[in-house]
Amino acid sequence: MALEQMRPVSRRYDEDEHALPTEWVDYYWQTGRKGAPGSLGGATDGFVQVCIQAEELCFGDAGLYLRMPTAALGGSAVSAAGTPEQKERFLRPFRESPHPIWGAMAITEASAGSDSAAIQTSARYDAERDEWVLNGTKIFCTAGEGASQIEGGFVVVWATVDKTLGRGGIKSFVVPAKTPGMKLVGLEKKLGIRASDTATLVFEDCRVASANLLGGRAKAEKKAEPARAGDKGFKGAMATFDASRPIVAAMAVGVGRAALDFLVEELARQGVEIRYDSPPRSQTALERDVIDMQAELQAARLLTWRAASMMNRGRPNSLEASMAKAKAGLVVTKITQKAVELLGPPGYSKKLLVEKWMRDAKINDIYEGTQQINQLIVARRILEYSSSQLR
Amino acid sequence: MIDFEPTEEQALIRDTVAEFARGEIRPRARDADESGKIPEDVLARAHELGLIANGLPEAYGGGGERSALTGALVAEELAHGDLSIALAILAPGLLAYPVADLGSEAQKARLLPALIASPGALGTLALQEPRFDSDPYRPRTQARRTADGWRLDGAKCLVPWPETVRHVLVLASVDETLAGFVVPSEAAGLRATPDAYLGIRALPTAELSLDDVKLPAEARLDGAPDGSARALVARGRVGLAALAVGVASAAFELARDYAKERHAFGAPIATKQAMAFKLADMAIEIDGARLLVWEAAWRLDRGEDATREATLAMQQVRRVALEVTDGAVQVFGGHGYIREYLPELLLRNARGFACFEALSLV
Ligand SMILES: Cc1cc2nc3c(=O)[nH]c(=O)nc-3n(C[C@H](O)[C@H](O)[C@H](O)COP(=O)(O)OP(=O)(O)OC[C@H]3O[C@@H](n4cnc5c(N)ncnc54)[C@H](O)[C@@H]3O)c2cc1C
Repeated sequence: MALEQMRPVSRRYDEDEHALPTEWVDYYWQTGRKGAPGSLGGATDGFVQVCIQAEELCFGDAGLYLRMPTAALGGSAVSAAGTPEQKERFLRPFRESPHPIWGAMAITEASAGSDSAAIQTSARYDAERDEWVLNGTKIFCTAGEGASQIEGGFVVVWATVDKTLGRGGIKSFVVPAKTPGMKLVGLEKKLGIRASDTATLVFEDCRVASANLLGGRAKAEKKAEPARAGDKGFKGAMATFDASRPIVAAMAVGVGRAALDFLVEELARQGVEIRYDSPPRSQTALERDVIDMQAELQAARLLTWRAASMMNRGRPNSLEASMAKAKAGLVVTKITQKAVELLGPPGYSKKLLVEKWMRDAKINDIYEGTQQINQLIVARRILEYSSSQLR
Repeated sequence: MIDFEPTEEQALIRDTVAEFARGEIRPRARDADESGKIPEDVLARAHELGLIANGLPEAYGGGGERSALTGALVAEELAHGDLSIALAILAPGLLAYPVADLGSEAQKARLLPALIASPGALGTLALQEPRFDSDPYRPRTQARRTADGWRLDGAKCLVPWPETVRHVLVLASVDETLAGFVVPSEAAGLRATPDAYLGIRALPTAELSLDDVKLPAEARLDGAPDGSARALVARGRVGLAALAVGVASAAFELARDYAKERHAFGAPIATKQAMAFKLADMAIEIDGARLLVWEAAWRLDRGEDATREATLAMQQVRRVALEVTDGAVQVFGGHGYIREYLPELLLRNARGFACFEALSLV
């Protein structure tokens, strides 16, 4: 799939930034979806498998991977925090819809990225109609175009029901595509992953049924203990990341591998063999660079699989998930940058895809918690500091 | 030994160029990158400032004030504005300086006056080759003697190729030595195809194929005492390294200002040590790299061989420019990945120093 369906259109959808890669989307919807789960949503077992698929597909093209019609991060949120009824209601269309649909997750706002507890988007409960009313603007929403516009998809939106409660007041709401009041107002032009749509969504008195509050009405109505119930909501939402960070790390590894495998093949074609069996002092700088890159990538991959396999066994993995994401995001950024360098002028040229992989790789160091935020999470855990002790 | 302050005159030139770069180049950088076009009026203005002419011999209409150190200061400031535009401005020098340094009197008289007088870049340089082990000292492009001149065969890439170009200096191996040949852009057997790169998107560049290009004997630059183009690679590296420092310092300043403005967790992100130390590292690395550039330039100005110093400078800036621009993207977080902001553009440009080579940029 990666080599036959994705690579041939890689360059085209990198250049034609906001176009829908129809052949790929249709192919995935008709064929790929069945054979390869690939979907970020749903799976709580077979997590290593999901990571392997993510790596393979991003070895093909990370931008196209993110444009696949799946429930994606929105699905992870529904799986992690939704009631059984909600999982059924929101995820079923991804099995049954006659046409491709998308899910997305909207947390980030213009003035709240890493600090997701500082979001301003508000949710007001309208008791008369038993609905929640959302107001605010979300930026950088991956797959937000499809998820907000194509019937059957949905956007999971983080909003605060009471700003005075801080993170305790944050809850997530499932907003079905085409809900009145949800508007797509813009798409970003980016360094890389250009085949993926990154949307700005505005919510203006956007009404959703109370049944769309993730985790269900019961929890939300624990008015007596709003803070505690709410904090659980926030933690629940954050738990999404324990599942999604290993996948993002695996995606990163896929991009890094694309560049590294290509480099090694190209060098072999030029008569440069990597001699793994000779002592470091007699290796060339080039050989050592390649061996370093391979070691870094493999370490990132193993950290990723470990975090995923802990998920499989139902063990808490937030430390390991952050380790994997921090490592993978950084090493693939460096590996792809180095690959451009080692390939000389052709590496820098648009004739090869290596320069694209360098652009695609960098996002892994930024989203799903930046490098620094994941380091912070790891640091808190290994030092046994709370989030107020170490910020 | 080495003085860390520019002379009064150098400071004046630097400040003039800095003002030009901040006022007229930087605001055009994003547009130029997206549209793939160099703004003509900026080139015209740079020509008025005499940035290239100033260092060329007076006898042909230049200013006769050649200094590698001044050249490095100018290059850094221009690139602080934008690398593509800086390279477009400096492009005429890619031919003019080597001709001034290595050309015979006849070659200088034939080429320099037009190169100096024209606001468009009439000359350019073909040095790098489309291979992973491209080597400026040992090009695969071959020049062979014929009964009445030379014959060139090979391939070049990353050649600045403005529409106005009339001559290209092609570096080729003659037996085991490096030699330069002035080739008319219209020469039979020379084919230029536009190429595109990760960065320097605004600079028109071409891949050249040279297929049995026949040249007269006087096409070879060989007026200098040793006739060697090798010595000029160091001058190229000093110029490129200065440009890289300009790119890095632009990225650093953007990141520093952003970090002080952007709030997360109730405070400017610059107050987080992860950010503060990153910015401190950037500042240290940039200053270190700049001093390497200055030292190499200073040696050149004293007429010494600066091959080693220029190579150290280039090696250092390759890493520093990449790390600092990558760091700027990181400091900007998600916004760094968006093309509305400059860090990603600086990162793409900075990576180019991994494969850029030039002759005598200063
Ligand atoms: C292409 C793309 C797709 C995205 N997709 C989604 C999506 O689908 N859904 C969604 O909700 N969001 C999405 N995002 C947003 C992304 O998750 C955020 O950009 C990211 O979390 C960083 O937030 P920010 O951009 O506001 O940076 P900021 O939070 O402003 O961070 C700026 C810098 O400060 C550093 N920093 C911040 N706090 C600290 C600290 N305490 N200690 C040390 N350093 C710190 C950061 O590491 C970073 O280097 C996407 C972004 C991009 C670019």
